[in-house]
Amino acid sequence: MDISCFKHLSEFEWHLPATGAMRVPAVIYADEALMRAMDDKVREQAANVAMLPGIVRASYAMPDAHWGYGFPIGGVAAFDPEQGGVVSAGGVGFDISCGVRCLHTGLKAGDLTPLQERLADALFYAIPAGVGSTGQLRLSATEMDAMLSGGASWAVKRGFGDAADLERIEEGGQMQSAEPSQVSEQAKKRQRDEMGTLGSGNHYLEVQRVVEVCDERIAQAYGLAQDDVVVSIHCGSRGLGHQIGTEFLKQMAVAAASHHIVLPDRELACAPIDSAIGRQYLGAMRAAINCALANRQILTHLLRQVFAEVLPQARLPLLYDVSHNTCKVEEHEVDGHKRRLFVHRKGATRAFGPGHPDIPPALRPFGQPVLIGGSMGTASYILAGTERGMQLAYGSACHGAGRAMSRHEATRRWRGREVIDQLAERGILIRSPSFRGVAEEAPDAYKDVSAVVEVSDKVGLARKVARLAPLVCIKG
Amino acid sequence: MNMANEAGHAVQHWEHFAHEADMGVRGIGSTCAEAFEQAALALSAIVTDLAAICPTQKVEIACTAPDVELLLADWLNAIIFEMATRHMLFSRYEVKLADGHLAGVAWGEPVEAARHQPAVEPKGATYTSLVVRRQQDGNWLAQCIVDV
Repeated sequence: MDISCFKHLSEFEWHLPATGAMRVPAVIYADEALMRAMDDKVREQAANVAMLPGIVRASYAMPDAHWGYGFPIGGVAAFDPEQGGVVSAGGVGFDISCGVRCLHTGLKAGDLTPLQERLADALFYAIPAGVGSTGQLRLSATEMDAMLSGGASWAVKRGFGDAADLERIEEGGQMQSAEPSQVSEQAKKRQRDEMGTLGSGNHYLEVQRVVEVCDERIAQAYGLAQDDVVVSIHCGSRGLGHQIGTEFLKQMAVAAASHHIVLPDRELACAPIDSAIGRQYLGAMRAAINCALANRQILTHLLRQVFAEVLPQARLPLLYDVSHNTCKVEEHEVDGHKRRLFVHRKGATRAFGPGHPDIPPALRPFGQPVLIGGSMGTASYILAGTERGMQLAYGSACHGAGRAMSRHEATRRWRGREVIDQLAERGILIRSPSFRGVAEEAPDAYKDVSAVVEVSDKVGLARKVARLAPLVCIKG
Repeated sequence: MNMANEAGHAVQHWEHFAHEADMGVRGIGSTCAEAFEQAALALSAIVTDLAAICPTQKVEIACTAPDVELLLADWLNAIIFEMATRHMLFSRYEVKLADGHLAGVAWGEPVEAARHQPAVEPKGATYTSLVVRRQQDGNWLAQCIVDV
C-alpha cells in the first residue's frame, strides 16, 4: 500500500485525514512492514467506511487488515443512533458471528501423543465438515425459532454442553433482542440440516499445545500453562447467517437512496439504526449471532463425546468464545462522555479491557480473552484485552493472520496430499474431506500471524498471553 | 467452456480473478445472458473441477432486481442457495434475461465429497467489484467477488 498519504502519528498508528466525503479520519494500527504489505484497497475501504453517516471518532483497521468487501477485513467502526448513525449489513458480512472458542482439556501434550492418530480419526468421523456435510439435528419451525432466540443457552437446555459454558461466551451465550420473525424462511431453510456443522474454507477444529506462555500472571488466571492441550473451534452462523447477509445487503442497497444515504461502495449497504429496515436487520442479525453460538455449542458437545471415548480422563471446560463479524450495542467513552454506540467489527475481535462488566467475574481483573487463529501449520494466540485498547478502537483487536495469496495461487503452488504429508512429519495431523481445500489453506498461503499479534501487543490493542501450536486439525 | 468466434478468439469463457481473502468470478459472453451463464460456471469452479460434475438434474431459478448488476448478484446468490439447500453442484447453466427478470436453469448432481473433493462453499456474492457491462470489443462482462 502507498503509505505517503498517511500521517505517521506513532510507530504503530497511521492516520488518513478526513478529506472529501470522509466524515472522520481512517486510522490503521500496524507497523511499517505490515502497512506496506497491505493492499491499497484497505486504505480505500477504510476511507469509504469513514464516509458513512453517524460514524464516531474514526474508521479503524486492525494490524491484520486486508482487502475485504465494503469494510476492510479487520475493520472497526462505531455509529451513534442519535447522530443519524447507520447499521450496515456489509459492515457485518455474510458469516455473521463467525468466531473462535477455546476449550481446556486438562491434558499435557505427552498424554496425547500415543493417541494422537486415533483422536484425529475420531474427530474427523464425529465432526461434520466440508461442503455438503450435514448435522444430525433437524429443527422444527418452533425449535428453529427457539434456537434463534436462545443461542448457546438454547443448546445447553437441549443437552449440548454445560450451563457453566455460558458465562464464558460473549453475551452469556444468548444475544438479547434477537427476532426470529425477521429471519426469512429461505434463511431458515438453508440452516435446516446445518446445525452442528463446521463449514469449509478457513473454518477448523484444532487440537493445540501451549508452546509459549508470554504473560504468566494472565495465563494462570486463564488456566493456561506450558504444554497444556487445548482445543479451538473456528466457525460461524453457517447458511442462515449467509442468507441473512445476502438478503439485507440487497434490501439496504436498494433502500439507501430513500434514506438519503450516498453509498461510496454498494457493498457498504446500510440503513439508519432508527429505521424499519435497520431494526429488522438488527433483529435478524442478532438471531444469526445466536445461531453461531448454538452451532459452536453443539460442536463442543460432539468434541466432548469424542474425548470421552478416546481420552476419558480429559475434562473440557470452556476458556472463552469470541465472535468476529458482528454489530453490537456498547457503551464507550468518547471525548470524556459515555455514549451508546453500535460497534461494527468485521473480521475483528472484541477485546474488552480489565474490569469491564461484560467479562466473566473470574477473568474480569485480567481483561477479556482474545482468541486469534493462525494457519494450520503455524500458530494461534491467546491475548487479553487492555484498558488502552478500549481507548484505541472501542476495545477491539485483530482476528487472525489474513491470507498472503489467493486460493487460486495456493492451488497452483501446492498439492493437498503433499501439504498433509509434510505437516504429518512435523507432528501435525490434518484430516479433511478435500485435498484441494487443504492446498487452498496451506500454511504458507497465510501471512505470519506472529507479526500481527506482535504489533497488536506493542500498540496495546491486546496483550499477548500464550502461543499455541497445532497437533490435530480438522479442516472443512 | 470456450466457444471461438469467427476470428478464432474465445468469446464465451469464465475466469477467476484475485482477491486477498475471497475469490472473484468473471463471465464473458457475446450477450449479457451468456456472461451470466459463464459467471455461474466460474462460481461452480470455486467449489470443484467442472468436469467432475455430471449435469443430470435440472433446477429452475428465477430472480428479479432493479438493475442488471444487482441481478447478477441475485443470480449467483440464488445458485448458492440451491447448492446449499439441495447439496448439489452445477456444471451447466442457461439464462434468459428480460426487463430486470432472469429465468435460469442449472444442471448438476448431488455433491459427493470423495469424488468432487469440494474445496470451499461460497457464502454469498458480494457487491464488491460488481460489474456488468458491454466492453469495447462488443462482448459482455459480468463479475463480482464471492465470499468463501
